[in-house]
Amino acid sequence: MQTLHNIPINMYILLSSVLFCIGVFGVLLRRNAIIIFMCVELMLNAVNLLLVAFSTYLGDTQGQVFVFFIMAVAAAEVAVGLAILTMIYRNTGSVDIEVLNKLKN
Amino acid sequence: MTHYWFYLLSFIAIISAFMVVVSKNPVNSVLFLILTFFAIAGHYVLLNAQFLAAVHIIVYAGAIMVLFLYVIMMMNFKKESEPSKTTLSQFIATIAGGILLVTLTGALRFYDMPAMAGHADPGAGLVGTLGKVLFNKFLLPFEISSLLFLAAMTGVVLLGKRNSNTN
Repeated sequence: MQTLHNIPINMYILLSSVLFCIGVFGVLLRRNAIIIFMCVELMLNAVNLLLVAFSTYLGDTQGQVFVFFIMAVAAAEVAVGLAILTMIYRNTGSVDIEVLNKLKN
Repeated sequence: MTHYWFYLLSFIAIISAFMVVVSKNPVNSVLFLILTFFAIAGHYVLLNAQFLAAVHIIVYAGAIMVLFLYVIMMMNFKKESEPSKTTLSQFIATIAGGILLVTLTGALRFYDMPAMAGHADPGAGLVGTLGKVLFNKFLLPFEISSLLFLAAMTGVVLLGKRNSNTN
């Protein structure tokens, strides 16, 4: 319980912002689709952390239930996304996103 | 005491999140991402969300990261090295990420909490409390999420099946 009095909520906001921006940076920087997917997971977790922080600071349990649902949806999303990535790899032979530019022309 | 834990866990989380982005080998990225998830689980424990910390470790570090490792293992990246983007693209990515960070911190720096912060319930993150909320108020979404899992499972099987007509 001491953490509520020692650490201001702004520190959690700052931490979540930094993690989220690292995720955005990774999505923009890398070409490997699996790494991009992992960076999306990182962004999702930054938001989850902020939800839990606010839930605890406000004494409201619903925020944590929300995080629970987000985790469930993330698990389903990862399964479907990795299946799609596997199919892309099977059809094109790589997971480089620059290969997937058929919509460009 | 919790002060030091907070800064230590934040340091680990940010450094390993950065290493996820910059490491060349995808397996290293996955391992650093697992480290990030453990640090975030530590934050959940600090925030009195013990149930979520356990679920986070089980679901993310236990299930999702194993899926990632499994897919990377199947794909066998050893022979091809990933070509990096052009210097201009890397520069633009850095600038965009940095500007987003500056904007977020600048906008939220002076955020002031409502006056409720003092009397938060210490047992709010325990299994019993969360279960009571989950199975009373959120019962319908909970059941619907099982439908989501069914749809995801069906979709994955359909996607992963090799199409015998085209081959």
